[in-house]
Amino acid sequence: MSIREATVPARPEMIPQPSFVARLLNSRHFLGFVFMLPMAALLLIFLTYPLGLGVWLGLTNQTIGRAGKFIGLLNYEMLGDDSVFWLSVFNTVLYTTVASVFKFGLGLWLALILNQRVPFQAIIRAIILLPWIVPTVLSAIAFWWIYDSQFSIISWSLVKLGLIDTYIDFLGEPNLARASVIIANIWRGIPFVAISLLAGLQTISPSLYEAAVLDGASPWQQFRYVTMPQLTPIIAVVMTFSVIFTFTDFQLIYVLTRGGPLNSTHLMATLAFQRAIPGGNLGEGAAIASAMIPILAAAIMISFFGLQKRKWQSE
Amino acid sequence: MASVEIRNCFKSFGATEVLHGVSVDIRDEEFVVLVGPSGCGKSTLLRMIAGLEEITKGEILIGGRQVNNLPPKDRDVAMVFQNYALYPHMTVFDNMAFSLKLAKAPKEEMRSRVNRAAEILNLTDYLARYPRQLSGGQRQRVAMGRAIVRDPRVFLFDEPLSNLDAKLRVQMRAEIKALHHKLRTTIVYVTHDQVEAMTMADRIVVMHDGIIEQIGGPIELYDHPDNLFVAGFIGSPAMNFVPGRLMRENGEAWVEAAESTRLPLSPKTPGQNGQPVVYGVRPKNFRLGSEDGRTGIPIKVGVVEPTGDEIEVISSIAGEPICAVFTDRHDFRPEQDIVVFPDLGSIHLFDAESGKRIVD
Repeated sequence: MSIREATVPARPEMIPQPSFVARLLNSRHFLGFVFMLPMAALLLIFLTYPLGLGVWLGLTNQTIGRAGKFIGLLNYEMLGDDSVFWLSVFNTVLYTTVASVFKFGLGLWLALILNQRVPFQAIIRAIILLPWIVPTVLSAIAFWWIYDSQFSIISWSLVKLGLIDTYIDFLGEPNLARASVIIANIWRGIPFVAISLLAGLQTISPSLYEAAVLDGASPWQQFRYVTMPQLTPIIAVVMTFSVIFTFTDFQLIYVLTRGGPLNSTHLMATLAFQRAIPGGNLGEGAAIASAMIPILAAAIMISFFGLQKRKWQSE
Repeated sequence: MASVEIRNCFKSFGATEVLHGVSVDIRDEEFVVLVGPSGCGKSTLLRMIAGLEEITKGEILIGGRQVNNLPPKDRDVAMVFQNYALYPHMTVFDNMAFSLKLAKAPKEEMRSRVNRAAEILNLTDYLARYPRQLSGGQRQRVAMGRAIVRDPRVFLFDEPLSNLDAKLRVQMRAEIKALHHKLRTTIVYVTHDQVEAMTMADRIVVMHDGIIEQIGGPIELYDHPDNLFVAGFIGSPAMNFVPGRLMRENGEAWVEAAESTRLPLSPKTPGQNGQPVVYGVRPKNFRLGSEDGRTGIPIKVGVVEPTGDEIEVISSIAGEPICAVFTDRHDFRPEQDIVVFPDLGSIHLFDAESGKRIVD
């Protein structure tokens, strides 16, 4: 204390006061606000405005080529009685749930394998990332061929192996089509989960496992008591993103099935597009798209609580 | 409680051999310190005892039983890691109770054993805290508590104090020694700090480049180092070395160093006339002025470092840097010419080629 006092100028009133602008430019709060403005403008123009416009459109009866009128919640009332809409909701939830569960399970498994010492580690990790790097439309077209009713390599292989007699029409039968698009989505989504979880695994100190081994933990117990508790914060983030990506998926379905057969693979995103653009009913399409918001908000809330600092984590 | 026998152990990582056949017999209840510079293989040896590293060749016995192929958990050893390796998501209590929980010990027994260890280590007030809420010294104690709770046959310590500040290190050193006295469990302790080794060990194993240089009690190593490496490693400030040639004439013996410097020796010193040797003398074994009418060694004072207890003088003899420590408060100035005389009974003579101590 005495040292600090000794270093303070004896007569502070002698120091000239800097000008208002100079003081402003030295203020952390003011500078922070200024530096934030460009990004805030970008967010407002490219995120908030389209979102607001979408929600507004959902409250009008606008069609392509005709300005709409505000009709309140009429679109939503109509959707409430629309069995195709409810089927798409069911499909979306099924698609998201099944795909996310598998993406998590397989992704975690892959991450655990990659976390071991394996030869050619860097190359293998790069290969793992491929499905995620390839544009979705490209991989969707590849799957389209794989699932093709006449040229499917799966059917061909199974026939050659003598396991089946006739080719399978993967995308022609409702439940088979659902399974097929889900598998394609899982294939595409695993790398993101695996690589993110691998990054998380690598932050866990190896000496913790050595300590656990000496404490008598079996490999399963090491996973259960050392790996999992420390991985949960990362799992929460990764799975939130994964759920959001899956829930809003459009490209895969649009290329593979366009929602068919019999709307059995229609997701909310594809249905919204179909009603709004080919169907011309912008208002109704926007209403379907807006209906995804509450469900996504719920997913974000889950992640928000999942992301909260656990007591043991450092600040 | 058990003895640990290390019999001619080798360890290779790929093509690189890091341990070239080491053998140590550690008696029951003994406190043995493995000491050596970084990369000498001391931690590897410790990890081989723990079972965290495979034994390439040779065998290790704990309590008379060969453990080469025994998994770590069945060896009944507990280890304290350099970075403590506390589970960050568990409270102090859970950290200490983890091994008992895995062993499915009854709740009551678990609580009493953890509480007993916490009492020994003064951790009772911290049982509900998480590791990140503890200071370095407290974390260190939790790591030890985790080992105590296990009640193992052997404690292994891997540089446990190197992350602590100097003052805490001295304190924990005493605590670990007291703990050993209380528990009487065999301890194998790895450190690169020779002061830690000297102050704590019953016996010290000095390692260097994957071999054992010498095994012995602290005083034995200090007074009778087997070779140049041990002589230079044990003791602080380190022993001074001046190379030269052993000379004998008219019943007198001395070492002729560069610049025709004569380094005095006791006439009874072993060794052959003309043999190239290294003359070793500890900084504390210099006295000021000449003795018995014989000539001392003139030196020029370089740097003077008073520590309060003593004064360290950095200088050179025959071009070799040397350090002399005086407990009397002389008023040395740089560039001053003084004469020092080494205590003839405390001179260490090593063969220049082999580096081995010259004995009768």
